[in-house]
Amino acid sequence: MSTGIPTPSGPPPSISPQIGADEWVARAGERAIGPGGLIGSARRWLERTPQIVLLAGFVLLVALIPVLTSDEYLLRVATDTMLYVLLAVGLNVAVGWAGLLDLGYIAFYGFAAYLFAELSSPHYGLHWPTWATVPIVIVATILLGFLLALPSRRVSGDYLAIVTLFFGQIFVTLTNQGYRWDWFGFGKIHDITGGPTGVTQVDPFRIVGHQLTQVRDYLWVALGGFAVVAVALTFANRSRTGRAWRALRDDALAAEVMSVPVKWMMLLAIAVGAGVAGFAGSINAAYYQGVFPSSFGFPILITVYAMVVLGGAGSLPGVVSGAIVVNVLLEVLRTPDHARWVFYAAVLAGLVAKIRPRRLLAAILAALVAFGLVVNAIVGAVWARGTAGPIYIGGSDFTKHGWVAEVLRHWLVLPKNTYEIPNYQIGNYAFVLLIAVVLALTIVRGWRRYVLLVPAIWGTVFVWENRLIEESPTTRPLFLGVILIVLMATRPEGLFGKPRVEVV
Amino acid sequence: MSVAFGGLQVIHALDLHVDEHEIVSVIGPNGAGKTTVFNLITGVHRPDSGDILVDGESIVGLAPHAITNRGVARTFQTLRLFLNMSVKENVMAAEYGRTRATILESFLQLPHARREERAIHELAEGKLAFFGQRLVGYRWDQPAFSLSYANRRRLEIARATATQPRILLLDEPAAGMNPVETHEMTELIGKLRDDGGYTILVIEHDMHVVEGISDRVVALDHGFKIAEGSYQQVATNELVVEAYMGLRSAETK
Repeated sequence: MSTGIPTPSGPPPSISPQIGADEWVARAGERAIGPGGLIGSARRWLERTPQIVLLAGFVLLVALIPVLTSDEYLLRVATDTMLYVLLAVGLNVAVGWAGLLDLGYIAFYGFAAYLFAELSSPHYGLHWPTWATVPIVIVATILLGFLLALPSRRVSGDYLAIVTLFFGQIFVTLTNQGYRWDWFGFGKIHDITGGPTGVTQVDPFRIVGHQLTQVRDYLWVALGGFAVVAVALTFANRSRTGRAWRALRDDALAAEVMSVPVKWMMLLAIAVGAGVAGFAGSINAAYYQGVFPSSFGFPILITVYAMVVLGGAGSLPGVVSGAIVVNVLLEVLRTPDHARWVFYAAVLAGLVAKIRPRRLLAAILAALVAFGLVVNAIVGAVWARGTAGPIYIGGSDFTKHGWVAEVLRHWLVLPKNTYEIPNYQIGNYAFVLLIAVVLALTIVRGWRRYVLLVPAIWGTVFVWENRLIEESPTTRPLFLGVILIVLMATRPEGLFGKPRVEVV
Repeated sequence: MSVAFGGLQVIHALDLHVDEHEIVSVIGPNGAGKTTVFNLITGVHRPDSGDILVDGESIVGLAPHAITNRGVARTFQTLRLFLNMSVKENVMAAEYGRTRATILESFLQLPHARREERAIHELAEGKLAFFGQRLVGYRWDQPAFSLSYANRRRLEIARATATQPRILLLDEPAAGMNPVETHEMTELIGKLRDDGGYTILVIEHDMHVVEGISDRVVALDHGFKIAEGSYQQVATNELVVEAYMGLRSAETK
């Protein structure tokens, strides 16, 4: 066993060479994973702490939010985040555990929300009690999960993704068009889904005669549901079912030959995920007191996927933290003033993490400062208007905010927003230029790369301040995309996921 | 017990049977159809004609997992472990067909589900202990991808035995092993039959292994059975020598 394997950093060969070398080989994977800095130690801490303790701590923390603050906005963000946490945990069953690319997931969420809305709103005049409606909705969504997975059970991989994507899209179309449903062409038009305006005036939850009208009530409901779901799913994941899912993810043929009914396990994974989405959907309908087709479209699917992938598919604490990070980040990016801080922090963190040694980092930062000052001076000399622009954010003048604006004014080029040269044009040209510079960055090697990095960063800041910061609907997905690309390049297993091997 | 079938183009009217507690080796040059035979038996492929019987019952047309539940387990020539699962979990996963707890019972952690889970752990530990010190202790919790090549082969056999089979199909168990490991594997296969009580059908290229373990040898070439009998009979059979060495070698011999 020990033949021909060099052991540069292994235990000294004197201690039982056979075992030592064996062990060294066996620990190769572990070494490859490495400590990985802050995230690495956070992950090790997550792994050491029993899951039940983590869950209890998390539940306690979130449950206390409404006690600590009565800020309506904060509570809404917390509740939205909890809904996303539920969705991410449900999607993780199919995607993380069973390895199925289920792109129809949001259709289950939407179906549940619509079903709940129609059973408890003036739309049909039905006002079923919550204790009956929620279980009915969950069971119906699980059944729908089985039903939709049935035609997909023969396909896997990319084909499964395409088939399920079709179901996801057809749901949005059906809900948009469902207000003029004509059964079998008999000419009698039914309004089933309310069309683009959806179903409104949905009853709030009613639990033991108590109406849940406050935002914090829904936070608690979602949190309680999450606790139950997390415990149940953890047990399932440790059982034969969970092992069968993981076996099918790693090697479907081997799993089938090793007595796992692979097709049934695929159905089950998608249906269990649908069940969690069913619960989240019921909360959604009651919490927003209305359901609309646009709430269950492709962007939501991408967001939930980003949460699962970013957090680490397959790890429950991972996807929960992924959901929190992504939703809070997207919320922060909504306000340009906050987005600015996230942007600069991200740029700085990226530089600190990637540029070694520290001397080089200091040199690049110094060059960056000098570069900006020089460009500012030159542009200011030949074209005074080019540096005279105020820093606008959503109509309010940022110059009031003091030193940050002062620094930017002398370092960056901010053209004055005039009729002839609208800001956005310059921003757009710069954007194209920036893409070219970034492409060049990927091509050149050695010291040239560090030299090119300086104008690239400056250009990024230029585009950001002149264009992106005011366009939060564009900036948010862009930001998320950049984070995902960077993360996938450096850490394909996600923040807290375990690295996986495909073929060794 | 008999396993018999015939049909498919790559396999021409093959008639093969394995008796209980017998070790039968299948040999033949590359492309002779040996692995295809395994794929047919385990339901990965379906024969165009012919029948496959286990204990007198036909298993043709059943899904692979159902065939495994009838007592047929295999390993793969190309090693298909669940690489990202731990060593112990690999074995535990193969006990799926022999256990009953549903997902709802696992959700609620009902007493019999917990009992069953404990039994799964014990059985897996027992199956791994069969390989001496190779796959026990700290190895239990290591991911399968961290194992050495020889240990992966051992783990595949352990995983196959966890399905509690009557007949074990081993596809080149000694491929890629050094002489010491090959010798160990030869002993292990004998031990699987004697101590484990399995009936074994094995594909092997290494003639030392074939000689060491086989009660009976079946030689295949181009999907035809060209010889059957004891190792000595088959090894000296003209057709077999010809298939391996080419026509001229057989003539000069």
